[in-house]
Amino acid sequence: MLKRLRENKSAQGTLLATPTMLWMIGLLIIPLLLTLVVSFGQRSPDGDVIYSFSLDNYIRLFGYSTDCDNGQASCFDPLYLQILWRSLTLAFNTTVLVILLAYPLAYFIARAHPLRRNTFLFMVLIPLWTNFVIRVYAWMMLLRTQGVINLGLGWLAGLFNIPFTPLEMLYTPGAVLVGMVYEFLPFMILPIYTSLEKIDNSLYEAAADLGANGLKTFARVTLPLSMPGVVAGTILVFIPVMGTFIVSDILGGRQVILVGNLIQRQFLDARDPTFGSAASLILMIMTLIVTYFYTRKFGFGEEIVVA
Amino acid sequence: MANEFAVELQDVVKKFITPEGNELNAVDHVSMQIKNGEFFSMLGSSGCGKTTSLRMIAGFEWPTEGEVYIEGKAMGRTPPFQRKVNTVFQSYALFQHLTVFQNIAFGLEMEGAQKDEIEKRVKHVLEMVQLTGMERRKPKQLSGGQQQRIAVARALVKVPDVLLLDEPLGALDLKLRKDMQLELKALQQQLGITFVYVTHDQEEAMTMSDRIAVMSKGKVQQLGAPVEIYERPANKFVADFIGDSNFFEGRIKSLSKEEAVVFIPDLNAEVTGIPVSQGLVNGEEITVSIRPEKVLISEKPMNQNTFSGKVTNTVYIGTDTHVYVDLMGKRVKVFEQNRISRLDPGSFYTVGQDVTLVMMPENVLVLKKE
Amino acid sequence: MSHDPAHLTIPWKGVCGMNPHRRHPFIFSSAMLVYVFLYAPIIVLILFSFNASRANVTFEGFVPTFSDKVVMDGSLVKASPCGPFHWFCELAKDKDVAEAAGNTLTIAIVSTLVSSVIGTMAALALQRYEFKLKPFSQLSLYIPIVIPEIVMGIGILTLFSQLFGVINGSLGLTGDSRLSMGLGTVIVSHIAFSVPFVTLVVQARLQGFDKSYEEAAMDLGANEWTTFRRVTLPMILPGVLSGALLAFTLSLDDFVITFFTNGPGSTTLPIYVYGLLRRIITPQVNALSTVWILTVFSVVLILQWLQTREAKQH
Ligand SMILES: Nc1ncnc2c1ncn2[C@@H]1O[C@H](COP(=O)(O)OP(=O)(O)OP(=O)(O)O)[C@@H](O)[C@H]1O
Ligand SMILES: [Mg+2]
Repeated sequence: MLKRLRENKSAQGTLLATPTMLWMIGLLIIPLLLTLVVSFGQRSPDGDVIYSFSLDNYIRLFGYSTDCDNGQASCFDPLYLQILWRSLTLAFNTTVLVILLAYPLAYFIARAHPLRRNTFLFMVLIPLWTNFVIRVYAWMMLLRTQGVINLGLGWLAGLFNIPFTPLEMLYTPGAVLVGMVYEFLPFMILPIYTSLEKIDNSLYEAAADLGANGLKTFARVTLPLSMPGVVAGTILVFIPVMGTFIVSDILGGRQVILVGNLIQRQFLDARDPTFGSAASLILMIMTLIVTYFYTRKFGFGEEIVVA
Repeated sequence: MANEFAVELQDVVKKFITPEGNELNAVDHVSMQIKNGEFFSMLGSSGCGKTTSLRMIAGFEWPTEGEVYIEGKAMGRTPPFQRKVNTVFQSYALFQHLTVFQNIAFGLEMEGAQKDEIEKRVKHVLEMVQLTGMERRKPKQLSGGQQQRIAVARALVKVPDVLLLDEPLGALDLKLRKDMQLELKALQQQLGITFVYVTHDQEEAMTMSDRIAVMSKGKVQQLGAPVEIYERPANKFVADFIGDSNFFEGRIKSLSKEEAVVFIPDLNAEVTGIPVSQGLVNGEEITVSIRPEKVLISEKPMNQNTFSGKVTNTVYIGTDTHVYVDLMGKRVKVFEQNRISRLDPGSFYTVGQDVTLVMMPENVLVLKKE
Repeated sequence: MSHDPAHLTIPWKGVCGMNPHRRHPFIFSSAMLVYVFLYAPIIVLILFSFNASRANVTFEGFVPTFSDKVVMDGSLVKASPCGPFHWFCELAKDKDVAEAAGNTLTIAIVSTLVSSVIGTMAALALQRYEFKLKPFSQLSLYIPIVIPEIVMGIGILTLFSQLFGVINGSLGLTGDSRLSMGLGTVIVSHIAFSVPFVTLVVQARLQGFDKSYEEAAMDLGANEWTTFRRVTLPMILPGVLSGALLAFTLSLDDFVITFFTNGPGSTTLPIYVYGLLRRIITPQVNALSTVWILTVFSVVLILQWLQTREAKQH
């Protein structure tokens, strides 16, 4: 028996991979398939799933509504399309902002003295180790009408004798954007740092030797070579932002509803798992499409694993 | 050691599926018998299946067809740790997380040797490779040559029946390489262990080996002592691969018991009195070859086996001068030893000079066409 | 290239990358601003855990005095047995927090252990063996990276609720014996999202070592298990440890998957905090955050210290 196994390398490989594959199939692939099946089902009055094949949920997502003001049987209601669009633009804006903030810092760390590099990197990781929920809460404290930022602004205004009314920042789309940027910033810094750090110093020397000045070196050498990091970071930021619901829940209040909130409410408050499943599949397809076109353009960064 | 042969490959085939999805016979019906106590080399160009053959002896790969015997026992799918052979890896594969001592002791611990015995044997083998006092170092803290010796020591401490070496000197510089060649050879003679040595360096194989298997495209082209392989190459590949050769296409004109007359159309001439091996037929198309150093340049014409031509180029390389001679449009290489100083330009052939080449029949080889 | 010294110096000085450790003022100042952005919220958070104001909207100063009993003035704490550390004491008395902390740790430890072991096994299989389902296995590891967590979360929720529904129904289970969401479902789900990360990290480490080390060990007489224990594992241990650390932090930090898979009695700290945020927020939440941050920070510091000490010994 043991001898047989010893002689069968392929069986050994399969055996070693089996536990992980059980998990991957049982808790990733089967749930995804189940979501697909449920999304075609219908909601029973007490919130259970009636298995059937109906496209109702998808039709509803794309704007078909039977709950109309003017007594019509059906009408176009862009509510859910607006939610999808809002999520997409928010994810896009967050990613751009995060790149703009992360790049200089990553560059700074990568060019820092080797002995200090780890400390600087460590300082990026520390906020990441405080809990996700706690980080949102921190921003809640900062952004409140009587919160720290308004307090600081008021104090500044007082110094210059300018009349000051506290800004209403919490429960606005801006608050959600800031919260998202803050939550996912480290996920961009790390891969960009990794790819910048890999660039050999001789390349900079070669660029200078060939007559490139600082800006040109950056544009022609540094930036292209760090693109894998930016790509990996984008994937690590864009996808989770698309699906996150706590940030908008806490910092956006009832103002900013994203796909994540929509899905979560279907499962917990509205008790319509079929509609939630459909929304969740649409969300997944949206991220897959964006990721596909994005990585096809720029390649799939291996930095993902490093981070 | 009851068996005459330390290692025997019987009609061994190893197939790989390449990443492109094709089937590749990396080793193609190879048979060889490696005698106890000999220094045996596998020589061949890159990709000819040397490493794969060695790995099948070590047990890292299993033959697709055929059988490997070690000390007369069929190995089948016996795992490496149950074979009494040890390997010196090309990249040394010294365990970076262990010290030199721990690396060498590793194999002895696997045998379940006692602590003091291990210490004694490690010390002994370190003396053998002249690296006493390095026990506590990590492999990274050694030079390439020292790492190489540790790799040899680690394998030798197990006193294997056969030591397998896969291009063990590949990473060393030329000078160190030459020193290590002699050292390894001396070590082998002193210990009397069978060495199976893989290299693509013919000089290295010639220097060290008792016998050489010349391989190409997964097949053994010739197996024999260095002098046999050089003086009596079995085919055109071997004659070309080992050393330098001039080749001419020819036809057997007449054949007696010992001698043959060969007609060479390119030169419109015949060579007489060539000693022949068996298996040739009258009228057969063959290839004639002669080593450049065995072609003689003569000032005055002689009557038999001489050819007149013009010098087209001379290259001075220190020990020899290579003279290129045009014989009726065919270029012939001649190596002349520099027995006298060539500083005086008048002392040697000049381009355009008419010369006569002499090919002594006993130096001319008749090679069958494949 | 000319040897005119002026020619040499111009590009040399101008390139911000040239002098490797030179700080370009723009880079330096924007980097520092980003650090401020990263740390300001955390510092405010910690400061407010000492707030005397129960409403915790503005900072009303530290709880001023120590006393036998808690003295309140409206929503202001005037005195407390713990003084400025009033909210930490409150926190320590909170049974829910203790339970949530226990759950969080249990889940993180168990899921890290399991995912490290099976993830390392899978990495070995993917890096050292050929087998039929290898391309599929490799690909499936990227699923959790490319789909949003919430999709995975509701998928698992649907799976468990349907599965438990079927099992409870067919076995006629009632009351306490009914299968339901709890620690078990959370742990199993945490393993699911940790395992790909462990596998990929260990795989990357394995890539750095070719097979010849393992072959050398076998050549010297070590069987498969001994080879793994004495050669492969020591070589990949740093990879396994960083994979495990990653799994641990992912588990500690996880909110979404836990949110959808927890049940009565399996509340974790993030879930507990989230619950509080939607109701009344006292500085106790800040105290909890402070304790959390300091704990994680010191654990990481200790690990780092151990690692550098290890590295120095070699
Ligand atoms: N695991 C493998 N899978 C597929 N093909 C392989 C494998 N190992 C070797 N080969 C192929 O088998 C052939 C022989 O390889 P081998 O390593 O034995 O050559 P070699 O004679 O040692 O060459 P070199 O001198 O370059 O080391 C090569 O064409 C190689 O590409
Ligand atoms: Mg080889």
